[in-house]
Amino acid sequence: MLLVVLEHDRGELVEAAREALTFGRTLAAKMGEDLEAALIGAADESLVAAAGAYGAATVHTCTHDVLSDYGPDAHGAVVAQMVETLAPDAVLACGSDRGNEVMAHAAARLDAPFVANCIDVTPGAPWSMTRVQWGGSLLEDATLDADVALLSCGLHAVAAEPGDPRDAGAESFAAGLDERHAVTVVRDRVVQEAGVTLPTAPVVVGGGRGVGSEDGFASLEELAELLGGRVGCSRAVTNLGWRPHADQVGQTGTRIAPEIYIASGISGAIQHWVGAMASKHILAINTDREANMVVKADWAVIADLHEVVPAITEEIKRRRIRTS
Amino acid sequence: MKILCCVKRVPAPGAKINVTADGMDVDAAHLGFTTSPHEECGVEGAIQLKEEHGGEVTVLTLGPGEAEEQLRYAASVGADHGVLIPTDGTAYDPQRTAAAIAAAVTELEAEAPFDLILFGNESADAGGFQVGIRVAHALGRPIVQGIKGIELDGDTVRARREIDGGFEVYELPRPAVLGVKEGLNLPRYPTMKGRLASKKLEVRSLDVAAAAGGQQRVRLHRPEEQVSETVILGEGPEAAAAVVDVLAELGVL
Ligand SMILES: Cc1cc2nc3c(=O)[nH]c(=O)nc-3n(C[C@H](O)[C@H](O)[C@H](O)COP(=O)(O)OP(=O)(O)OC[C@H]3O[C@@H](n4cnc5c(N)ncnc54)[C@H](O)[C@@H]3O)c2cc1C
Repeated sequence: MLLVVLEHDRGELVEAAREALTFGRTLAAKMGEDLEAALIGAADESLVAAAGAYGAATVHTCTHDVLSDYGPDAHGAVVAQMVETLAPDAVLACGSDRGNEVMAHAAARLDAPFVANCIDVTPGAPWSMTRVQWGGSLLEDATLDADVALLSCGLHAVAAEPGDPRDAGAESFAAGLDERHAVTVVRDRVVQEAGVTLPTAPVVVGGGRGVGSEDGFASLEELAELLGGRVGCSRAVTNLGWRPHADQVGQTGTRIAPEIYIASGISGAIQHWVGAMASKHILAINTDREANMVVKADWAVIADLHEVVPAITEEIKRRRIRTS
Repeated sequence: MKILCCVKRVPAPGAKINVTADGMDVDAAHLGFTTSPHEECGVEGAIQLKEEHGGEVTVLTLGPGEAEEQLRYAASVGADHGVLIPTDGTAYDPQRTAAAIAAAVTELEAEAPFDLILFGNESADAGGFQVGIRVAHALGRPIVQGIKGIELDGDTVRARREIDGGFEVYELPRPAVLGVKEGLNLPRYPTMKGRLASKKLEVRSLDVAAAAGGQQRVRLHRPEEQVSETVILGEGPEAAAAVVDVLAELGVL
């Protein structure tokens, strides 16, 4: 059996869970085993049905006072107990912050290896896999020798796609948890901005060192706002203190997946590229025709961004006036 | 306040990362080395906590002898002690790394435990996402990863983790362990005085035995290059119309 750990946010299935199920379907087929899922801290029928739509035959639900909100230790303990009781051949989560964290806690409890951020997995003795290194700039082929294969798949390694709809049955799992597992449960949640955020924006207007200054971002802000999008930036920009780290796209920043990424004044260093490569389309604005970002983009404008970005904004306004 | 910060020495690659002929490592012949970015912020975070609450900061690294350079860099920005766990030159898997660090910490804590141990969320190179968590379990301490804010309030460590559109807060009793992320702070540059202090840092070398875990490297390789035919829309502001046509076509206007 392959057990897929479903990430949810207070009862709402997140995209990472759908990606894990999509990745898991292929893996379960290779294993010749059933795909089952673990839903920790929630048991809603709609979530069970959603997992079924992605091919899960059974969903093991686990609720408990300690699981009232997310807690890495408690969630990891439940996964470890499920391994001991349900004896799956493999457990898979999506390599999001939470997914990797929960799997690492389970692995530490079981004293078993855990291989994070795989993009391809072949079951066997030993198992073999290709996993992400350097945030995706390099790949590592590795083998895993273990009684149970604990794995995560890289975030955005596959696009979530429903398939093999099953009428998933729910089975409740009784976990042995106590107050000690609640030490690392979320105590408080602070929302700073509602609406479109960097990971969910349909358009991201990125600025790099080429923007030249903190003030230089004003024209990027205007364009992003006009398109209902967000401003992103490179690490050079955060290091210069022009933008907060929350805006950073890349290996040590946010991984974006917008309909279009407009990268202006960004060279496209590999560590930036890996955070942007899941974008459906990329348009580069750069004075350097040879810049990596230009070479890898779908479209490019070879020019000074300080001239081009305001011109794009003006053109959009002009067309909107004409059509309104 | 006793704080330990664990750091990793990694190559500082530019636009391309090359692999050695046997595929077992990054070809670092023409690369400089640096402290993995999340951990660089861990060091800065530790120094800031020391400045606010007093105490001392120890930096620890597991790696080749050359990793002393990263310990000295940490000393140049304010760390007090340096500890090296020398490796045999091969890349350790996460279980082995964690076992070695946990053993070393136990030895370092003979007199008193560290109030706080900081790890980077994941190393820039191997990115295993688990060493800090394994060490925390081995020591029986609470840990939260992905931390971008730390506050000490008596015996409570309040840690903030970024989520989409905001942050969530955890409260851990001391002694605690945190996996921190870049964005926790902006690391400072060394001062002249700091550079001099770093030269005087006595690095304690700790040999600890740890068995390899179940994950083994077969080879490293570069992902297939995505070749795209870039369409050049223009060379000046007059390209704006073509750009807006593209946006219209994608339906994002
Ligand atoms: C371990 C590690 C992790 C990292 N993680 C990240 C990460 O998460 N995100 C990230 O971004 N980087 C990351 N980096 C840093 C990365 O290697 C680069 O240093 C960084 O991305 C460069 O930023 P940049 O493109 O803005 O600056 P530069 O490389 O300096 O490029 C500036 C570009 O702007 C162009 N330009 C200049 N003026 C203009 C103008 N007027 N109009 C148009 N174009 C102009 C130039 O031609 C050039 O292409 C990481 C590095 C390491 C070692």
